[in-house]
Amino acid sequence: MSGIPTTEYLKKCTSSCPGCSATLILRYVLKAAGPDTILVVPACCTSVLQGVYPNTSFDVPVYNVAFASAAAVASGVAAACEYTGKKTNIIAFAGDGGTVDIGIQALSGALERDTNFLYICYDNEAYGNTGMQRSGSTPHGAITTTTPTGKRHFKKDLDRIVSAHNIPYMATSCAAYPKDIYTKVQKALSIKGPKFMHILTPCPPGWRYSSEKSIELGKLAVKTGIWAMYERENGKLKLSSQTIAAIRKPLPIEDYMSPQGRFKGLDPSQLTKTKQEIQFNLRRLEREAREADEDGAEEGA
Amino acid sequence: MNENKHTTLSTGNNAVATAVRDAKVQVVAAYPITPQTEVVEQIANFCENGIFDAKYIPVESEHSAMAACIGASIMGTRAFTATSSHGLLYMHEMINWAAGARLPIVMANINRALGPGWNIWADHSDALQTRDTGWLQVYVSTVQEAYDTTLMAFRIAEDQRVYLPVMINLDGFALSHINQLLTTEPIEKIQAFIPPYHLDHAIDPNNPRGYGTMTAADQFVQIRYDIERSMRASCAVIEEAEQEFAKACGRTYSWTDEYLCDDAEILIISMGTLGKEAEVAVDILREEGVKAGSMRLRWFRPFPDIQSRLVGRDLVVIDRDYSFGYGGIIASSIRAKTGLESYNVIAGLGGQEVTYLDIASFVRERKIGKEVWFGIEETKNGYEISRSDI
Amino acid sequence: MYEIRLHSRGGQGGITAAKLIALAAFRDGRHATAFPFYGAERRGAPVVSFIRIDDNPIKIYSQIKKPDLIVVLDPSIMELVDVFDGLKDGGTVLINSQKPADIPQYKSYYVDLTDIALKVGLIVAGTPILNTPVVGALAKIGLFSRESAQSAIEEMFTDPRNTQAAMLAFDEVKHE
Repeated sequence: MSGIPTTEYLKKCTSSCPGCSATLILRYVLKAAGPDTILVVPACCTSVLQGVYPNTSFDVPVYNVAFASAAAVASGVAAACEYTGKKTNIIAFAGDGGTVDIGIQALSGALERDTNFLYICYDNEAYGNTGMQRSGSTPHGAITTTTPTGKRHFKKDLDRIVSAHNIPYMATSCAAYPKDIYTKVQKALSIKGPKFMHILTPCPPGWRYSSEKSIELGKLAVKTGIWAMYERENGKLKLSSQTIAAIRKPLPIEDYMSPQGRFKGLDPSQLTKTKQEIQFNLRRLEREAREADEDGAEEGA
Repeated sequence: MNENKHTTLSTGNNAVATAVRDAKVQVVAAYPITPQTEVVEQIANFCENGIFDAKYIPVESEHSAMAACIGASIMGTRAFTATSSHGLLYMHEMINWAAGARLPIVMANINRALGPGWNIWADHSDALQTRDTGWLQVYVSTVQEAYDTTLMAFRIAEDQRVYLPVMINLDGFALSHINQLLTTEPIEKIQAFIPPYHLDHAIDPNNPRGYGTMTAADQFVQIRYDIERSMRASCAVIEEAEQEFAKACGRTYSWTDEYLCDDAEILIISMGTLGKEAEVAVDILREEGVKAGSMRLRWFRPFPDIQSRLVGRDLVVIDRDYSFGYGGIIASSIRAKTGLESYNVIAGLGGQEVTYLDIASFVRERKIGKEVWFGIEETKNGYEISRSDI
Repeated sequence: MYEIRLHSRGGQGGITAAKLIALAAFRDGRHATAFPFYGAERRGAPVVSFIRIDDNPIKIYSQIKKPDLIVVLDPSIMELVDVFDGLKDGGTVLINSQKPADIPQYKSYYVDLTDIALKVGLIVAGTPILNTPVVGALAKIGLFSRESAQSAIEEMFTDPRNTQAAMLAFDEVKHE
């Protein structure tokens, strides 16, 4: 891919599942961050896929920590770097359960305290590492091992929670767009203070599709509008081109859902609710982006 | 005494905060809880006033306090936190993590009862519930000892032979809030006593390593055994630190604080402030012709080798704690380590007032092999420790 | 061992007063400890503080049951609690009051500390601060020297009104 370094910090010996897009994300996150980087990883798929002691497949230091503690451990790492004057990139790399559920308190605290780090939530919409139980990030209607007839509740809107902390930079992305991830991570790491990224992570065993379809599903998530890609810099929202295109001409949501076994039990009323939710979210984001645009124009004048 | 400009009155909490400042801690992460609050407040004040250049992280919970200390410590900076009671148990997961990760974090725990009902007063149940985590545990009894022991804790924890965290315990209110004389030491003397922080396994991006990765049983057993080996090695390190401290500052500490024990026929064994109160009880008993002595345990982990001091004497063990369905934790530890029975008095729970007069009565009323709960009428004749009745 | 129990209300400075008393005794070359009995921390609630003074290091942490001296910073507390409870026979009492108390069995002193605090302007958050003036009164009673009282106050406070108030109390304290 043009402009992206060929150096690999993720060796070809991870123990991830075939078609794992978390590994793909991490590959590009590390390419963007470079060697002077410390990863803080709570319990999640990444704690398993890096390898078994004494081996590791990562070429940057990885600090594995307890489930709820990633953002807090990163706070300590950041304080130490501040004390010693080190400019090392500090990246907490956590799954959705470790972020929207058990880790949200520590995340909120670290964001509020202006911690100089990047928190990345890679979101496969369930507790993958423990065998696919529902998380607060599991979408409505999805079958997991603890929602055998489909989840009754809606996906927690993590991004609005995070944006309420008024941090200098946050962005969403998707594993199917590595260049987008690369660019956004680079930008995030160029900014001082707390940064946050939320990346959709198609998961073959969790979503119940065949492993060669991860990229295709990631793209469908964006093109149907169920997953929006954007950046929020100093509070101002800017939609990514892929999502602008999806708003203009969305693909039907069924294209995204029907290849996934987890949505098999979805009944028509649930589908309607999901469609309404997508519309609601996209309208809200559009409105917010337009307002940011107008504010920018006023400032420019 | 008045000529020494470094001597003044201080609370136990302030003594700990002052020692943390004097030890040049680099990162402090803490969450306030009664009765520890003054430690955090003082440290925050020192930082704001520019007399302490540590990075102070005002975390949102105790779990995060210990997590942040772990992050700071593994980066090669000296880290400290303080907590109490529910806060200690809230961070219990990370306490284990800190020891397992071999991080020489120092923590002050202001001993306080656990709810319900809400009770903010002294009780050792909080710290003793964390005794199996791989932390060294020391219990202090005076403001001076709190300051001195906090200084020593950094040296002991950070010794390569140890690389384990140390928890200093102060009785809530009884010690945390009492004003006593405190002599602080010149910074140069402390700098000479505590070498700069160095962690062999600190994170270094130039030498990337995986920390805490998935570990199979064979290696896991080795890692666990290494903790125990270091815990045992810490005995020599503790003794060295205490000897060096005595040379540098003139105050002597040991595994136990013993008062008139040499010729004693009865030993009162306790921890924390009750151990000092017990010395007053010993004076009263000696006047009555009762040959009593007081042995206050300072270190609980590693557990001191006290068997030879105990054999052939009547033991009156005061536990300010309890292991339900089993017994007082100190008495049962002594029994397990030495095979010796004692008269186990459960006293001082939740800040229950226990005076030197009460302690003298415990000695007079001792029934070796039995357990009583001070203030509980139905136990006044003592439970059989064997407890076939429960 | 000389034992003192001090009665005040939360916010009046009773806990600091206890520390100042111990510090003044220490500046006199003696050993001293001071500690409050804490309940929940509420402004206005009755607070009890304890001070022990001795020539030897003090090993007792339990509360004082039989004090030699009772100090009452807020006489309205006397309607709520028996402030004389356990006071030794012939013990000493110092009350913040304009008038003497009717307690012939004790050595009784009184001084209007509130008036002194108001006079020199020692007011924090609308409450007259009594912790420094009371130290002056106790120096007069003979607990420690006037100089030690002044030295203790100056160690803890920079505002000269504190010492001024203490010295006024030293002069104004009356024996029944």
